[in-house]
Amino acid sequence: MLSDSGSSAPPDAIPVTLTINGQERRLRVAPWTTLLDLLREELDLTGTKKGCDHGQCGACTVIVDGKRINSCLALAVQKDGASVTTIEGLSSGALHPVQAAFLEHDAFQCGYCTPGQIMSAVALIEEGRARSREEIREHMSGNICRCGAYANIVDAVEDVLKTKSSSFREAAE
Amino acid sequence: MNRFEYTRAGTVQEAVQALAADPAARFIAGGTNLVDLMKYNVERPGRLVDITRLPLDEIVQHEGGLRLGALVPNATVAGDPLVNERYPLLASALLAGASPQLRNAATTGGNLLQRTRCYYFYDEGTPCNKRQPGSGCPAMTGVNRIHAILGASDTCIATHPSDMCVALAALEATVQVEGPNGRRAIPFAEFHRLPGDEPQRDTTLRRGEIVLSVDLPDEDFSKHYTYLKLRDRLSYAFALVSVAAALEMDGDTIRKARLALGGVAHKPWRNAEAEALLQGKRATRETFREAADVILAEARPYAHNAFKVELARRAIVRGLSQAAAGTPQSQTDKRIA
Amino acid sequence: MATPSRYVGTAQSRQDGPAKVTGAAKYAAEFTAPDLAHGVVVSSAIAKGRITAIDTKAAEAVPGVIKVLTHENKPRTAWLDYNYRDQVAPPGSPFRALNGPEIVYGGQPVALVVAESFELARYGASLVRVTYEEEVPNTDLEKNRDAAYVPPKKRSGIKPPPDPRGDAAGAFDKAPIQLRQEYKQAIEHHNPMEPHASTVVYEGDGKLTIHDKIQGVNNTQGYVCGVFNLKPDDVRVITPYVGGGFGSGLRPQYQLYLAVAAALDLKRSVRVVLTRDQMFTFGYRPETLQTVALGADKDGRLQALTHDAVAGTSTFEDYQEAVVNWSGLLYHCPNVTLDYKLAKIDTYTPSDMRAPGAVTGIFALESAMDELAYATGVDPLELRLRNYAERDEGEGKDFTSKALRAAYEQGAARFGWSKRKAEPRTMRDGRELVGWGMATGVWEAMMMPSSASATLTPDGTLELACSTADLGTGTYTILAQIGADALGLDLDKVTTRLGDTALPEAPLAGGSWTAASSGAAVQAACRTVAEKLFGYARGMADSPLANADFAHVTFADGAIRLQSDPSRKVGIAEAMRAGGVETVEATEKVKPSMLTNMRFSAYTHSAVFAEVKVDEELGVVRVTRVVSAIAAGKILNLKTARSQILGGVVMGIGAALEEESMLDHNLGRIMNHNLGEYHVPVNADIHDIEVIFVDEHDDKVSPLGVKGLGEIGIVGAAAAVANAVFHATGKRVRELPITIDKILG
Repeated sequence: MLSDSGSSAPPDAIPVTLTINGQERRLRVAPWTTLLDLLREELDLTGTKKGCDHGQCGACTVIVDGKRINSCLALAVQKDGASVTTIEGLSSGALHPVQAAFLEHDAFQCGYCTPGQIMSAVALIEEGRARSREEIREHMSGNICRCGAYANIVDAVEDVLKTKSSSFREAAE
Repeated sequence: MNRFEYTRAGTVQEAVQALAADPAARFIAGGTNLVDLMKYNVERPGRLVDITRLPLDEIVQHEGGLRLGALVPNATVAGDPLVNERYPLLASALLAGASPQLRNAATTGGNLLQRTRCYYFYDEGTPCNKRQPGSGCPAMTGVNRIHAILGASDTCIATHPSDMCVALAALEATVQVEGPNGRRAIPFAEFHRLPGDEPQRDTTLRRGEIVLSVDLPDEDFSKHYTYLKLRDRLSYAFALVSVAAALEMDGDTIRKARLALGGVAHKPWRNAEAEALLQGKRATRETFREAADVILAEARPYAHNAFKVELARRAIVRGLSQAAAGTPQSQTDKRIA
Repeated sequence: MATPSRYVGTAQSRQDGPAKVTGAAKYAAEFTAPDLAHGVVVSSAIAKGRITAIDTKAAEAVPGVIKVLTHENKPRTAWLDYNYRDQVAPPGSPFRALNGPEIVYGGQPVALVVAESFELARYGASLVRVTYEEEVPNTDLEKNRDAAYVPPKKRSGIKPPPDPRGDAAGAFDKAPIQLRQEYKQAIEHHNPMEPHASTVVYEGDGKLTIHDKIQGVNNTQGYVCGVFNLKPDDVRVITPYVGGGFGSGLRPQYQLYLAVAAALDLKRSVRVVLTRDQMFTFGYRPETLQTVALGADKDGRLQALTHDAVAGTSTFEDYQEAVVNWSGLLYHCPNVTLDYKLAKIDTYTPSDMRAPGAVTGIFALESAMDELAYATGVDPLELRLRNYAERDEGEGKDFTSKALRAAYEQGAARFGWSKRKAEPRTMRDGRELVGWGMATGVWEAMMMPSSASATLTPDGTLELACSTADLGTGTYTILAQIGADALGLDLDKVTTRLGDTALPEAPLAGGSWTAASSGAAVQAACRTVAEKLFGYARGMADSPLANADFAHVTFADGAIRLQSDPSRKVGIAEAMRAGGVETVEATEKVKPSMLTNMRFSAYTHSAVFAEVKVDEELGVVRVTRVVSAIAAGKILNLKTARSQILGGVVMGIGAALEEESMLDHNLGRIMNHNLGEYHVPVNADIHDIEVIFVDEHDDKVSPLGVKGLGEIGIVGAAAAVANAVFHATGKRVRELPITIDKILG
C-alpha cells in the first residue's frame, strides 16, 4: 500500500483510500478536489485529460468501479473506497486491444481526447450495448474529438467488438 | 470552488438533520450539476452533505408500480428490465439525455434538481434573477434562442433542462421526500414550479427536504409512447423542444392521453385541456394539431426563439403520431420515426 | 543517388501513436517543476469601459495564495508595440494583458491569481472584486457595415484582392442570367480539445524553460524575448505535443504572457491554464458579411463576377484573411471585381482558423454557383466544368499543377452523382427528403523556409530534428518516412524530435505548409548525410564503391550499394569506421523557389460531394454521406493524410450545421462560451466519409511535390452541405450554421 501525504493538501484534508490502477493508495484530499485534479495534479497521472472541466467533452473519462464517468465532476472524497482505472492502468507492456485498434485505425490525431475515447470505448464494450455502428456512434457521443476522427474511432471500436462477439451486426444500416 | 465542509450522511435522518443544522449546507450525490455550478461560482455551499451512501439505490416494485430510489443512477434506470418493460418512455427519455458517462454518475434525485442551462444563469459576469434575485434578466433582450415560450415571467425565461423529468411528468410520477417535519409525497406536476417572482426557486421542495424516491404509478403506457427530442446536434445536447407522449389506445381511438413538453418552460409543460381534448378522439394528425394549438395558444416567444412555437407544434403532432402508431422514436437511429 | 520509395506514399501508423494511446504523451499543462505555482485568470465582466477599482485583499488573504497580478502591480514589460508583434501578428497594437484599466473586449483578463495549488488559485480568483465604469459596447457587425474600410496596412503573408479585371459591373448588366445574393458566416471558435496553457519553468540561473500551447515554439520564444527583454539563449520552449490547434495556437496567447510575467516576478515556476470558457476570450473565425453577384450566359458560362466581403476585426488590430481572392481564380471569367473590407467591433482580434478566409469565401462563392446552376438548369458539376479555369486569371499565371478535373470525375463517380435527379425535392428515403450537393474547394499550396537536421549512428538508427509542431497532423510520421527512404532504413530505426527551440528552426505549423517545408528540409539533411557517408565509404581501402559516383549508388538495407551491382556495398557502420566518425550529422535549410513563385500559382483543390437527409417537418438535417476528392500533389502517408481530410470534413459539417459563437450585443459578450452550448460535431453527427486522393504530379510546387493537406478538407464542405440542403428541400440557407430554425423559417 502506498501512502501519499499529498504535498499541497491543506490541513483540513480528508483521508481517503482509492485503488488506482490496481494499487491501493491512502491519500489526503481537500473536499473540493475533483478526481480529475487529484489524478493530474497530485498523482501525476496526466494521461487523463482536462478538456472542459464541466462534463461537456469526455476527455477526463475514467472507469470507476466498472463504470465510465467524467472525473472532472466527481469529488475525490466522494469516491473513498472506489477502484479507479485510468489510461495508464489499461495495459502493462502490450497494448490493450482497444489501444491497438485506435493505433491501427488512426482513430486520433492530436491525441488529447484519446485517453478519454479509449476509456469510454473499453467501458462501452464491457456494457455490451453496442451491436451496430449506429449504436457505437451514439454511445461514443459523450467524447468530443475536435480533430474529427469519429469515423476511425467507430472503425476501431467495431473492430474490437467483432473479434469479441459474433452478435455484432455487419450491415445494420 | 469556494471552501466548504464535507460530511457524509449514514442515514436519511442524519442527512436531514445535517441540512437543518446548517443553513449553508447542500446535499451532494452524483455531483454532475452541483460540482459544475460550483466551479462557475453559481453555487457556493458552505457544507456538502454526501448522501451517496444512503440506502436509496434500489428499484423495487411498489403498489403495483415501481419505486426508483433517489440514488439510482440514470444509466441503471435506463437499463433496468422492469423499467423497459413497463415504462419504456422513461428509459427512452433517459437515453436521450446527456452522455453515457454522465448517466452513470447522475442520480434520479439529482436529475429532478438539475438547474437551467440558461447562458446568463451560468455566467457570473452577467446579471441573472435566478442566480442573484433582483439583478435583472438580460436573456429577455439578449441571446434567447434556447429560452422559454410558455409559463415564463417578467423575471425569468429560463427552461428546465431535464429529459427524464419530461417523461416523469407524462407518467404522473410521485416524488417521495423526507424533511424536518416528516415525509410527504409530491405529485410530479407540483414538484417543479414556474418562475413567477421567485425564479431562484426551481421546485417546491422545502428547506431540508431530501428526495427519497420517484414512484411510478400502476399504469400501462408501454405500447403507445414516444420521447421525441429536437436539438442542435444529434446527440449530447439539450433539447430545443422535446415531447413525451403516452397514450392508451382502443383501436385507433385514444382512451387516455398524457403529453409533456421539454425545453419550452421552467418546468416540464403539461396542459390538461389539450389532454382532455385528445381523450376519446380518433388518433389523427388533425386531432393532434388541435391539441398542439391549445397548448401553444398561450406561447409567448422572444426575439430568437419564435421558431420554438412552430417546432413544438410540429413535434407534438409527430410525437403523438409516433405514440399512436406504436413506433416510438429510437434514441440511436437518428431518423425520426 | 536513387531513393527507392519504401515508405513515402504508403499508409503508416503514427510514430507518436503509442505515446498518445497510453497517455504518456505530455502536453503543455502536464510538465511540472518542484517549485511550480498555479495561476488562474480572472476575466472581465464587461466588454468596454474601465476598471475603477480592483480589490484583491480577500484573495490575498487566502493562505497559499502567493500573489494577485493586476494592471496596478504588473511587472514592467516592453513599451513598444513592435516588441509584442509575433510572427503572424496583423497590423495594429497587439493586445497586452493587464496593461491598464481599459477594457476593450468581453472576457478580457483583468487579474492573475497565483497560488500554491490550482484549487487555491481558482478559489482566490473567485474572491477578486472588480468595479467597472461601463460603456456601451459595439459588437454588431451589421450595424458597422457602413463604416467598413479597406485595411490601410496589409497583413504580411495575406494577399489583398487582385485588381479588377474587365468590367464586372457592365458585364453583369448585360448578362442574360443575373444573380446577386448575400451570405453570412457566423463567428466560430477553434476549440481544440487541449485548453491553452503555459508551464513556465524558472531555472535556477534565471533562464526559462517554457512548455506552451503553440503551433511553433520559435514564435513563443521570439515573443517572450521581445516582451520581457530576454535573450534567446535564456528562453527555451519545448512543446512536443499540441492537443489540436486549428490556428488558435499560431499566435502566443495571453496565458503565456501572464505565466511568464508571474514567473519572472516571483522567480519561481508558474503554470497558467485557461478554462474552456476562457477559450472564447481570444481569436476566432470572424463574422463576415458577403455579397456575390454572378452574371452568366444561358449556358451558365460566367461573364461577370463580383464578390464583396466585410469582416469584423478588433479595435486594436486589423486582422486580415483571403476571403474573396478565391473567386478570382477558381473559374474562368473575363470580368471580375473583388472587394474586402473590415469593420471594427469591441471584440478580441480574430485569428486564423482552419483554412482562414477560404472557408468563408468559398461558402459564398460555391453557394452562388449552385444557385446559378438552378437558374440556368445546368447540372452543378457540369457548370463547374464549363467554367473550369486553366490558368490563375486573378494573377495571370499558370498553375504548378491542377488535377481538379480528375477530382471532379473521381469524386462524382464514387458518389454516384450521375444518378442525381436535378429537381429539388425529388429524392426521398422514406419520410426524409434526400439532397445531393457538391462544391469545389481550394487552398494555397505554400512552402516556407525551414531547417532540419539528421543524425545517423553506426547501428543504422536515424534521428531527425526540427522545431516544427505536430498538431495531430502526422508530421512526426511523415518526416520519419522521408528520412527512412532517403537513407534506406527501416522505419522503426528512425525517430523524429519536434517542438523544441533547441532544434533547427522551422516555421509555424499552419497554412498547410509544414509537409512541403519541413519535409524538404529533412530530405535535404538526409541527402547531405548520405553524401558524407558515401564519401567515407568510397575512401575506404579497397572500397567496393571505389570510383563510383554518388549518382550511381543507392541506400538500402543499412548499406550503400552500387545500383548496377547491389552486391557491391558498404555498410553504414563500416563507412563510419572508415571515416573515423561516431555519427554522421547534417543540418540543412531549404527555401521556396522565388522564381517558381513568380511564374506560377500553386493551389490544392478538392471536389466535395455531400448527401443530406432532411426531416422537413422538424427541420432536422443529417449528413449521411460525404465524398471528398483531393488534388494535393504527392501524398506522403495515406493513413494520416486521409485522417487530415476526414477531420476537415467533420469541422466543415460543424460549420455547416452547428457552430456559432453567439454575441449578446447589449453586453458585448459571447454567451454560449462552453462545449455544452457551442456545438461541435459529436460522433452521432458523423456518418460515412470517403476520401479520394487523385494523382497529381507536381515538380514545381515544392521539392517533394507536396502541397499540404491541413486546410483543404474543410474548404467547400459547408457549401456542399448547404447545396445538398437546397436540393433536398428547395430552401436556400445563406447564413451559417443551418440550424433547425432556419429550415423551419
